[in-house]
Amino acid sequence: MRLEPIAAPSALRLLGLPAAALVATILAGSLLALIAGADPLATFGLVVKGAVGSRFALLETLNRATPLIFTGLAVAVAFRARLWNIGAEAQLYLGAVVTVAIGTAGLGLPAAVVLPMMAGGAVIAGALALLVPALLKTRMGVDEVVTTLLLNFIAILFVSYLIEGPMKDPMGMGWPKSERLPDALRLPRMIEGVRLHWGFGLALLLAVGVWIVQTRTTLGLAMRAVGENARAAAFAGIPVNRVIAQTALISGGLAALAGFSEVAGLKGALTRDLSPGFGYTGIIVAMLAALHPLGVVVAGIFVAGVFVGADSMSRAADVPSYIADILLATALLTMVLALMLTRYRIRRD
Amino acid sequence: MEILEILLSASFWAAVVRIASPLIFATMGELICERAGVLNLGIEGIMVVGAFAGWMAVYSGTDLWTGVAVAAVAGMAFGALHALLTVVFGLSQHVVGLGVTLLATSSTYFAYRLALPEVTSPPRIAPFEPLAIPVLSQIPILGPALFAQTALTYLAFAVVAVVAWTLYRTPLGLALRAAGENPAAVAAQGLSVTGLRMGAVIAGSGLMAVGGAFLTMSAFSSFFFEMVNGRGWICIALVVFGAWRPGKALLGALLFAAFDAFQIRLQQTGIGQDLPYQLFLMLPFALSILALVVMSRRASVPAALMIPWRKGER
Repeated sequence: MRLEPIAAPSALRLLGLPAAALVATILAGSLLALIAGADPLATFGLVVKGAVGSRFALLETLNRATPLIFTGLAVAVAFRARLWNIGAEAQLYLGAVVTVAIGTAGLGLPAAVVLPMMAGGAVIAGALALLVPALLKTRMGVDEVVTTLLLNFIAILFVSYLIEGPMKDPMGMGWPKSERLPDALRLPRMIEGVRLHWGFGLALLLAVGVWIVQTRTTLGLAMRAVGENARAAAFAGIPVNRVIAQTALISGGLAALAGFSEVAGLKGALTRDLSPGFGYTGIIVAMLAALHPLGVVVAGIFVAGVFVGADSMSRAADVPSYIADILLATALLTMVLALMLTRYRIRRD
Repeated sequence: MEILEILLSASFWAAVVRIASPLIFATMGELICERAGVLNLGIEGIMVVGAFAGWMAVYSGTDLWTGVAVAAVAGMAFGALHALLTVVFGLSQHVVGLGVTLLATSSTYFAYRLALPEVTSPPRIAPFEPLAIPVLSQIPILGPALFAQTALTYLAFAVVAVVAWTLYRTPLGLALRAAGENPAAVAAQGLSVTGLRMGAVIAGSGLMAVGGAFLTMSAFSSFFFEMVNGRGWICIALVVFGAWRPGKALLGALLFAAFDAFQIRLQQTGIGQDLPYQLFLMLPFALSILALVVMSRRASVPAALMIPWRKGER
């Protein structure tokens, strides 16, 4: 067999194939439910109910989507320029570290000054954390996939050291966690009485911001050109290495905001389980969104819904909640395949 | 003084070889894939699958070698999925590899929870016992390190020899390396680039899974979540460090294991008490990055690595 490019794919192809990917994912999920001895329809019913079935569930899903939108944007921006940032997890944690460090420093300044400082500090930390692998890539040819992956482990151990050592909460009764942020430095709720913090609003704002940068600015065009064909971009006079460095700064900063938002919006303190793999899940979010920043919002909410729904389902039915991770991995693989098949036709030789 | 004591103890060198064993299997697996032109980022998840499948098989009553075979087959199944998506359909090797790792890891955890719903600590199996080779194992220091290991460790060294011999001394190896350097030339010879690459990814994934199985069936005797803990990613760094050559990669794995064994022992000394233990745990990952940076200047990366092959396309 061989793959033949399609000049103008039909609407049926463009919509049908991604839909087929979703159907395949649902079939895989049904199979898993059957293996676990549960009724597939009832299982999916419980997942949907747990994700969006009540006001509480829906808000839980949106809260869970918040870090995923940040890390999804980070990955989408980087992957668009073919900078393989698999280190969003590390950038998230470093962002959280700086957020807590500034927030608990007792600066005595008004919250309106300190909160932006926390966010800004987080962005700088995350940006620098990705700049290093990006420079190693452009200057020395070191593959950034491996370096960013390895840095995740280093960053988490660093956090573990901090919350058991210099940043440990003296009131934490020996529990490894940082001091809590003062109440004044917590992100306020978006609507009074609704458990949804401004981290979500910031995520939406940045999704639009990234979309504008990507479609309306020279930098966005350059990032896309570098991703499509770096050699051609270089011939066209685009400073490829500088664009990759700029992409790294943006991507790392976005991922770090996930850490800022989780600490300042939700948890209030830094712990080792701040992120259950939001950095890695960001890759799924970005790919499901076909790297489109606005799509990242939709995909982030969808992925969060699957996690929240599966958690709630597994409490009611005897199906392990890991079904969520399997479903999302399946969705990722089938969606990548479906998106390719919208552009290529399979031919027999 | 303490450092010298560590380096002269037989148990240290035995630990080096033991720690290196799973890395050797998985590094050889990744090396085969990459020499054929495919980056296999599924390695981390495939090691998890192997660790679980082999252990579970033995726990269900098979003998140890059947368990190793089960692990290899489970790994090959995920390898086949990886190969189908990256080789046949030419999808991004980064994305598919990470997807396979996520799928393999989560499927394993799902299966573990289903198989052992109510356990707080995982059951143990009777793992591979050390097999002392008469006379040779009596050599001071070197003897216990090289000749009093489990059968799986001996197998790891045998695998290196077989991989090296196959890659450099057989027509198959030549074709495989050519598929990673110049697939068009392979196709011009009338050979199937797709077939060669698929075979390499599937075989390599089998080795990765055996590397995972070493953890549950030789190094330890139970399966824990997150027990692979980044070893797969380290093996990818080891392939680069070994300049895509089996012998050098073996040396890299041993060198790496020596550092790892050393830091474990250093933690228990006076120096170790004064430093945070996280610093020691970071060392393997930091070393891998350092190795990548140092080796980057003379990297001999396969020319067609990560470039999908589409027949008739230029």
